[in-house]
Amino acid sequence: MLTKTATRAPPADADLALSGIVRRFGEVTAVAGVDLAVHRGELVTILGPSGSGKTTLLKIIAGFELPDEGVVRLKGEVITFAPPAKRGIGMVFQNYALFPHLTVEGNVAFPLEMRSVPRAEIRKRVAAVLQLVGLAEFSARLPRELSGGQQQRVALARSVVFDPGLLLLDEPFGALDRKLREQMQLEVKRLQRRLGLTALFVTHDQEEALVLSDRIAVMSEGRIEQLGTPEEIYAHPANWFVADFVGESNLFRGRIVADDSGRSFALIGNGVRIAVPKSSFVDGNDVGVLVRPERPRLLADGEVADNVARGRIVEVVYVGESVKYRVRIDAAQEILVRWPFRERGGKLAVGDDITIGWDVSDMHLVST
Amino acid sequence: MSAPASKPSALPARRLRRSEHTGPLAFASLPLAFLLLLFLVPVARLMLLSIEGGTLAHYERALTDGLYVRVLLGTLEIGLYVSLICLLLGYPVAHFLATASDRWATIGFVFLLLPFWTSLLVRTYAWMVLLGRNGVVNRFLLETGVISQPLPLLYNMSGVLIGMVHVLLPFMVFPIYSIMRRVDSGLLLAAEGLGATSWKIFQRIYLPLTLPGVLAGTTLVFILSIGFYITPALLGGGRVLMIAVLIEKQIREFLNWGFASALSVVLLAAALIVYAAFRRLMQSDLRWS
Repeated sequence: MLTKTATRAPPADADLALSGIVRRFGEVTAVAGVDLAVHRGELVTILGPSGSGKTTLLKIIAGFELPDEGVVRLKGEVITFAPPAKRGIGMVFQNYALFPHLTVEGNVAFPLEMRSVPRAEIRKRVAAVLQLVGLAEFSARLPRELSGGQQQRVALARSVVFDPGLLLLDEPFGALDRKLREQMQLEVKRLQRRLGLTALFVTHDQEEALVLSDRIAVMSEGRIEQLGTPEEIYAHPANWFVADFVGESNLFRGRIVADDSGRSFALIGNGVRIAVPKSSFVDGNDVGVLVRPERPRLLADGEVADNVARGRIVEVVYVGESVKYRVRIDAAQEILVRWPFRERGGKLAVGDDITIGWDVSDMHLVST
Repeated sequence: MSAPASKPSALPARRLRRSEHTGPLAFASLPLAFLLLLFLVPVARLMLLSIEGGTLAHYERALTDGLYVRVLLGTLEIGLYVSLICLLLGYPVAHFLATASDRWATIGFVFLLLPFWTSLLVRTYAWMVLLGRNGVVNRFLLETGVISQPLPLLYNMSGVLIGMVHVLLPFMVFPIYSIMRRVDSGLLLAAEGLGATSWKIFQRIYLPLTLPGVLAGTTLVFILSIGFYITPALLGGGRVLMIAVLIEKQIREFLNWGFASALSVVLLAAALIVYAAFRRLMQSDLRWS
């Protein structure tokens, strides 16, 4: 399912279609050939570390940067070199970029005024969108008289008030504290759904990407490493980079060996042999073995699993709804596990010797 | 105004000793004392001269005598012209300096500051050489056939304006430049993304955001220009009278300190009124800053 979505040619309902986008800055290739289709009403996140080219890509879509190669289509129309003002794209900037000399109302009315919408209609639409983001009674305020969350809502209202063909969000939650950030994430998603907006969201925060997105494009060194739903990205990362970057992980380097019965194993450090799921990797392939921290179980005496490891807890980190344990298996290997607080909280402590186990179905192999 | 003049030396000295440990005030107290002693006190004393003998006769004369009223209005008019021309020339220059690369900005600043390294008197005489009937400007224009008669550039209003604008332009450029440097270029991008044309971006975003600089520069140039003396005296050739010229005459020729002082006070009041009116006019546009 993942590959089907990823490689489908820009279909009729693709609001935004990028093909072969390349952008170089001197010796550095910031964007190295990106294809991406965002469908109507879909929220796609470009997730990547800083320097991965995601911001450059966003600028190319908005028109603030031009690609050296490739084509940008919006609703079927080629806009590769169109000036930003003509693209009809709504954008929420990292620092909101609210006009400090205009009131909330003035800011939100701005894009409509630029489109010569009649005054009465401007007033109506501004009032409606301010109502939608819960700022109806703040319309006469200046941006500096608002809190960070309210400023963000104004920026959002301003970027959707003119029914843009596409909504771009450039790390808009970075400046907010955690609680407000989570609240705004949900609000943005609700608004995007409600207005049926096609949206492209750029972030380096993988948690945020998992929460918000219909699909995620994980980007690194100017390329999309993987495109898929949050579940696909998390459970079936396409390669080492994605496995490592998205979510917490136990990742071991290993080499595939098959035994006579046809089962697959991987040799990891110290000659340890662990059972791995069947895959397209063959004897002698170097692979990354991924076990997400919530997958291993605590084994009681006599219980079995495809892989069993004995170790000592060396660290306990309480993270609210769950507890993380760092378990030392031997001098070279540690495994991170995370169990719901309700199940194990307070019952295990540093220094405890435990046995954990996981099955091949709990594992995923990636190329190195 | 008379209060600080009555006991000029005791107040600052005491304050200086007492506030040694109170940080900024202590830090500023020496320059404050300096200003108080050497500027405010003499100004206050000068002002007192205008009402010496408890009569307002000097003011009555300054505000009713046709010559002085005319010259005062003319002075304000010249100040207005100079401010306007400086604004029209200075705004683009400031924008260039604020957005140019480091190298070009440095070159621009050198040109802007070059005149400051020459004395005002020398510069004014240099303009006389340039602007005269047989001056460089007229000769060049005649020889290239742009004009057939020499332009009257000297000993009239245009000479005065050219000379004053030249002197005062940097005072317009710097305040505007410093405000322009602080304008977040992301706002201009945002405006563009929201559908604004270049003109709309300028009119609706850039200009309003740089307005505090415009206000500061214009005020500075206006107030400096209405007190100008040497430039209008030399380049105006006696035909362009500014109030400072008359004040000087009162002191040097008639030794009428009281009347000269009254004229100065009227000039100061006029400057303050114009400034207040200007600020009020822009109040709603500056609410955000």
